[in-house]
Amino acid sequence: MAECHPVGFQWVMEAKARGAKLIHVDPRFTRTSAVADVHVPLRAGSDIAFLGGIINHVLKNQKYFRDYVVAYTNAPMILSEEFRDTEDLDGVFSGLHPDSRSYDPSTWQYAGLEVQSAAGERDEEYEDRVEAVAEAGRGEAHGSGGADIGEGEPERDLTLEHPRCVFQVLKRHFARYTPEMVERICGVPPALFQQVCDLVSENSGRDRTTAFAYAVGWTQHTVGVQYIRAASILQTLLGNIGRPGGGILALRGHASIQGSTDIPTLFNLLPGYIPMPHAHTNENLDAFIEAEAAHKGFWGDMRSYFVSLLKSYWGDAATADNDFRFDYLPRLTGTHSTYETAMAQIDGVCKGYFLLGENPAVGSANAKIQRLGMANLDWLVVRDFSLIESATWWQDGPEVETGETRPEDIGTEVFFLPAAAHTEKDGSFTNTQRMLQWHSQAVEPAGDIRSDLWFTYHLGRIIREKLAGSEDEMDRPLLDLTWDYPTHGDLAEPDAEAVLAEINGRDAEGRPISAYTQLKPDGSTSCGCWIYAGVYADGVNQAARRKPGRDQSWVAPEWGWAWPANRRVLYNRASADPDGRPWSERKALIWWDAEQGRWTGHDVPDFVADRPPDYRPPPGARGPDALAGDDPFIMQADGKAWLHVPAGLVDGPLPAHYEPQESPFTNPLYGQQRNPVRHLLKPHPDDRSAPSGADPGSEVFPYVATTYRLTEHHTAGGMSRWQPYLAELQPEFFCEVSPGLADERGLEHGGWATIVSARGVIEARVMVTARMAPLTVDGRTLHQVGLPYHWGPNGLSTGDAANELLHLVLDPNTHIQEAKALACDIRPGRRPRGPDALALLRAYRERAGITDRTGTRM
Amino acid sequence: MGVRRWIGSWPVYRQATGSDPLGRGAAAKSAGSERLTARVSTADRVVKSVCPYCAVGCGQNVYVQDGKVTQIEGDPDSPVSRGRLCPKGSASLQLTTGPARERKVLYRRPHGTEWEPLDLDEAMDMIADRVIAARREGWQWEDDGVRVRRTLGLASLGGATLDNEENYLIKKLFTALGAVQIENQARI
Repeated sequence: MAECHPVGFQWVMEAKARGAKLIHVDPRFTRTSAVADVHVPLRAGSDIAFLGGIINHVLKNQKYFRDYVVAYTNAPMILSEEFRDTEDLDGVFSGLHPDSRSYDPSTWQYAGLEVQSAAGERDEEYEDRVEAVAEAGRGEAHGSGGADIGEGEPERDLTLEHPRCVFQVLKRHFARYTPEMVERICGVPPALFQQVCDLVSENSGRDRTTAFAYAVGWTQHTVGVQYIRAASILQTLLGNIGRPGGGILALRGHASIQGSTDIPTLFNLLPGYIPMPHAHTNENLDAFIEAEAAHKGFWGDMRSYFVSLLKSYWGDAATADNDFRFDYLPRLTGTHSTYETAMAQIDGVCKGYFLLGENPAVGSANAKIQRLGMANLDWLVVRDFSLIESATWWQDGPEVETGETRPEDIGTEVFFLPAAAHTEKDGSFTNTQRMLQWHSQAVEPAGDIRSDLWFTYHLGRIIREKLAGSEDEMDRPLLDLTWDYPTHGDLAEPDAEAVLAEINGRDAEGRPISAYTQLKPDGSTSCGCWIYAGVYADGVNQAARRKPGRDQSWVAPEWGWAWPANRRVLYNRASADPDGRPWSERKALIWWDAEQGRWTGHDVPDFVADRPPDYRPPPGARGPDALAGDDPFIMQADGKAWLHVPAGLVDGPLPAHYEPQESPFTNPLYGQQRNPVRHLLKPHPDDRSAPSGADPGSEVFPYVATTYRLTEHHTAGGMSRWQPYLAELQPEFFCEVSPGLADERGLEHGGWATIVSARGVIEARVMVTARMAPLTVDGRTLHQVGLPYHWGPNGLSTGDAANELLHLVLDPNTHIQEAKALACDIRPGRRPRGPDALALLRAYRERAGITDRTGTRM
Repeated sequence: MGVRRWIGSWPVYRQATGSDPLGRGAAAKSAGSERLTARVSTADRVVKSVCPYCAVGCGQNVYVQDGKVTQIEGDPDSPVSRGRLCPKGSASLQLTTGPARERKVLYRRPHGTEWEPLDLDEAMDMIADRVIAARREGWQWEDDGVRVRRTLGLASLGGATLDNEENYLIKKLFTALGAVQIENQARI
């Protein structure tokens, strides 16, 4: 965090100055480790075992916050009799279909009812659900009366003793995550591990809270989502969610990467985490909502959010009679993630590509696949500040160097359009705390430089003009689109605040709404992103508020605006006990004011404002009305935090340690080596995997490589390698290795190393440093190679791209690549040039016996 | 110049007799450095902004003089950052005003070996034509007999320094075009 979010880290240091203990868990020793109380180096790719070990410690030694767990989590819920855990099935859960390599999650449910997840890819389970519901004798589910999915109260055992209650299942599941196993898998000695367990559990409970902060070191794995789930289980058991100083904080790495998820440019989501519809026979709006909307909690009002979005898109053309143009939305038939898109480009299906401030030629996993895709396009539009590698690969990319291709052979037409900087346009970023902050335009952009708002608006305008009058049904969604934003100035820049106002939403009279609770299911309201409703309340740009921090409370509610409803701590109802009193005065955040009949406190209550703690919903209540006064997790279908996830994840209801796709070790915990349902793309000669564990050939790639960032550069370098100050601070690509590895491989500090994976070969300057500690894993020494991934050949600070080494085996929930743990070899000297580089790669693959089947076993 | 003033212009004299015995402040000032002023003190305007690098969201003050950005500093008012910026944020003046910024549209024709200049309006018109064609070519009404109403002919990948308003228009336009391969760094 000190390395990659340095200014945010000042608050960690403030806490430390007030007595907080700081633990840093990371394979490398960084600027964070330097000021931490405890640094825990561990094997990249082993965090579930580490967190699982702490969970086991908490459960075994009764360190959990029992009152919180009983009242606010699903620990008491009884699971279906059909459920089988990894304990029963040697590392897999019940419902695994080996043929399709997927899980049927129906056995993971609470006994007697079905529950949906709060967000994600629910619609993908649509057919299953309809089928399941049909089997349950509720044939009216699909489109003709509505399915009563999840109706009723799950059976609970508040003593937590029932053998099938979530709590007992959890205890059995994590029992094998012992300190000895943590040592074997992670390379963390028991004494150090015990210290972490003690610090975390002693600092949690009524009077104290512990926070976890993570970044892509947790997400970029074939089990990334389950890493976060493991932290969720731990934090929930300790009562650290929804309380000040608690939580699991995703430290996001880009100015508006949170915003890019909230108002997604992602294939599977519509604004506000409404799923993109999948293709189904005869599906209409009602059926979609029926399958998607949870019956309890605020997702119960999904129809209001969704219809308001359709009204924002298609305005007067969206009416109740035409299902608000639900039919205009394109349908998914599977995943269409960025890596599948690259494959679709190689296959010649996808012929045109826009890169809007993104540099996949060096910034995406398996960069070669990205470039091969781009080389097969008809046209490519690159919008950026400088001539990044994704704009110039056809001229001087690695494949030109190796002689695999020549510019004359590449038919891709490339448009480079210079893009405006944040100082040259109005707009909002959503930071890592879900807070929108407006940046105001300071100057006009020079020359042909334009904002992406300008580009998108005018591109749409021109396309609509060209298609005006078309009778083709295909063009109706375009021509019916509301696309009349006011522009200003000589450049005809669209008014960003007008777009923000559309995102915020309007009532039947066209006035800005102030909360998503005002949205209606009948088409009388519009809203471009329901969770952002209120950001333009009263016609005022709330994101532009700049009341100095020193002039307001520590929550600072009048600086910017956080979704939803300017709440700064999500699920903060959990900061008070079931009766509405803070768990302790020291940790008070919001509480029930019986006299006023309202929730009140330092933060905006994340709860129905006037719902008393003792409120119990009448039978048959739906949506927010079905939330009891002590159901703090208002977006969850049962109002509780989920220790066990009954639905919504594709790779299991509980985290289990699996080895990374490529690992020098056999999984010591289960017979199952890897995540059985990890997302494998179709085989490609440039995307092979190395053998793992005891498989022959695994010794060819004996080291674990992990990628990361440095303070002085940003992501793939598009915004930092061209800046002289930053280039001077970090002038070129380097790798970090331990003195032991340097000895073993003859690497010299300051010299060159060649790093090889089953996909690529790169060279880097060598940094020999004790910061990369060798670990003893499963009884033998493991060396790890640290690779900052900021580089490419262009700009002032140059070097090979670490992403050349990565494979495209993905987390099955998020379709994110495993950038954080892969197998490699390292050798002294510079890499070969020209065709010799390819020959070296071939020799490695042959030596390891790599084929298209390697690493594909379930 | 009188003798007293002449002697007084000696830094060593001022250091020995004045209030700056260490010679790190007033005593070290020359007539030249006396005349120097901070860029920020002469700015015409200070515009409130946000750092474009990581997601901490540090406040920035953007100083503008004669229609140009002359300095970018941390905003002390921000409860997030309290005026601090990291090395990257501190380099945002170079990011936004440095010579690495391209200012003109560039065009590489199929099988070309060099960039060529291209007028922005013409580029926009050409891109619109290509979108319409690729969309049509990749169009599907049905897939496996189920209605999909989409195109697989074009895709987009955005960075996560896009504004919310930009992402909103991108998703809206491409969805109306029927494109589903709309992605962002947020996946990566």
